[in-house]
Amino acid sequence: MGRALSARQEILERIGRIQRAGSPPSSRGYRRSGTLDAEQRVELFCERAGDYRADVHRVPAAGLADTIAAMCGERRAGIVAAPAGVPAEWRSPRLPFASAAGLTPAELDQLDGVVTGCTVAIAETGTIVLTAGAREGRRALTLVPDLHICVVQTDQIVELVPEALARIEELVREERRPVTMISGPSATSDIELSRVEGVHGPRDLVVLVVDRGP
Amino acid sequence: MTAPIEDFAVAARRELANEQLRANLRNATGTIREKRARVVGEVPDWEELRDAGRAIKEDVLARLDDYLLEFEAAVTAAGGQVHWARDGAEANAVVARVAHAHGATEVVKVKSLTTDEIGLNEALTEEGIQAIETDLAELILQLDGDWSSHILVPAIHRNRHEIRELFARTIAPGLDSSEPRDLAEASRLYLRERFLSAKVGVSGANFGVAETGTLCVVESEGNGRMCTTLPAVLVTILGIEKLVPTFADLEVFLQLLPRSSTGERMNPYTSLWTGTTDEDGPQELHVVLLDNGRTRVLRDEVGRSALHCIRCSACLNVCPVYSRTGGHAYGSVYPGPIGAILTPQLIGIENAASLPFASTLCGACYEVCPVKIDIPNVLLHLRAAAVRAKASQRERAVMRLAGWVFGSRRRFGLAQRAGRLAQRPFVRAGSIRRAPGPLSAWTKTRDLKAVARQSFRDWWAGR
Repeated sequence: MGRALSARQEILERIGRIQRAGSPPSSRGYRRSGTLDAEQRVELFCERAGDYRADVHRVPAAGLADTIAAMCGERRAGIVAAPAGVPAEWRSPRLPFASAAGLTPAELDQLDGVVTGCTVAIAETGTIVLTAGAREGRRALTLVPDLHICVVQTDQIVELVPEALARIEELVREERRPVTMISGPSATSDIELSRVEGVHGPRDLVVLVVDRGP
Repeated sequence: MTAPIEDFAVAARRELANEQLRANLRNATGTIREKRARVVGEVPDWEELRDAGRAIKEDVLARLDDYLLEFEAAVTAAGGQVHWARDGAEANAVVARVAHAHGATEVVKVKSLTTDEIGLNEALTEEGIQAIETDLAELILQLDGDWSSHILVPAIHRNRHEIRELFARTIAPGLDSSEPRDLAEASRLYLRERFLSAKVGVSGANFGVAETGTLCVVESEGNGRMCTTLPAVLVTILGIEKLVPTFADLEVFLQLLPRSSTGERMNPYTSLWTGTTDEDGPQELHVVLLDNGRTRVLRDEVGRSALHCIRCSACLNVCPVYSRTGGHAYGSVYPGPIGAILTPQLIGIENAASLPFASTLCGACYEVCPVKIDIPNVLLHLRAAAVRAKASQRERAVMRLAGWVFGSRRRFGLAQRAGRLAQRPFVRAGSIRRAPGPLSAWTKTRDLKAVARQSFRDWWAGR
């Protein structure tokens, strides 16, 4: 501990001895709020999320549970988990969700897929943002299974990165929520820069964009 | 303490002889340059974002001690433990201590230049701990005992056939396809078990937020998420310059970095974590704040801008020197233009005196830098320092003499006359093909124009 303490002091002293100019004036000339209307925003999000090979569908709120069950069926995903906060309208009797609580990494590896919501989505970059909320679950849940179905409500879509961070800032500051930003399925370009989808994270990312029901 | 690296000109000549390497590099840097240009071009406020990025980084360096203390307090309040390391050895010792405390003989690692810089894997091996690289490219290099040649795509110098042979020899006996998809699948299978059983994860971080203590890792494959969420214990090593003041500042860098780096609008995965979270991810978090020469860089008013770097690697891909020699010629984990200004400052100009000269000063690096580091200017500054630091006084004496001669019209005229006489035995058809003695270095690759029979002044006077 004595040595650790002195490393701290020494580094701070090294910095303290250096002549430095004052901070420059802050520079915030970039866009911090978007200009698109709601429908354009949704369209842009769908296009951009699709660009990175997420499987994007706009679906009606009515029958969402059946849509989700059908998506899982098409992909032969039989064991599908969901966080406790996923609402009843997403749950079909055809496909009862396994409980995600308390699973070990090895048990998570036995799941075929997972269904979650998100906190906010970014149109310009095609990104979904999870903050471990009741509909999103802990981080490992959307990581280990090979299929991730994410339900995005149209009123969760913002246009720009700064708008998205503004929406989650309080959750990080006040509740210290972990954040995962997802843009398409996991990918690598490490071999001759040719892009391969699906390395360690889910190889299959399905994004269901739903108009908020009445 | 620090050993000098190999002379760049010598190393570059060797690398240039490798035609496979040059072909791989040409393809890779060309592709990625185009991708970057496309996604940067579609952002209307790119210049404003660059200005913001630079201003934030300048502010961080101006108030670095304040921000470090703020960050330390925030991490601690969120349940993490902060360690300070003056050098690589101290940082490595922290990781080893944590691994030993949990009886771990294996740790899973996210790709991190900082840990490469301090030789973490080798240090852990000596402690009986195996560090498993989980980024595909890093895994390739680790299996082959090779080292990184590019910040973003470390195995850029390897092609698919070389990688198939390597995997068949090591982690996937019998592998007979060299399709990137199949190679990636082989690594997925090999690493999955390790992710699921690892007790300790080790990561670097792209950013640390002083205000909240939040750490940020930006990645593509999901190995970063695996390493930072599945193990019960996480150690994150962070260069002290990696801080940003506020959470909102991330909005600038999360736009600048992916577009500059992989040429994507956004990288597949960005993880942000703040201390520890109940029932989610590691329950024990150690954060190591690393100096290892950074305060030395900070001392140099001009050179310190190298600490603004966010490790995007855009400057490598546009550099006419890097795109031919590759990264190994730079003798450091930081190659290319940014390496040429960062390495000499981190390890001392006397140990890397040739690196500031590994450039044509064309300025392409400055143009693409997302935080507007004026690399050519720092290169010139370091060239001057390299000359000053030279042990041999001969070049300096010659330059001083030249300055004295050129300083007076009379002395210059006399020197011209002397040159006219001295060059006689060497001139053929108005030029010198081979100069004598030490001057022959100049004529090895070019002819020297002979001193004219009559100077302009003489002609003017006798007109």
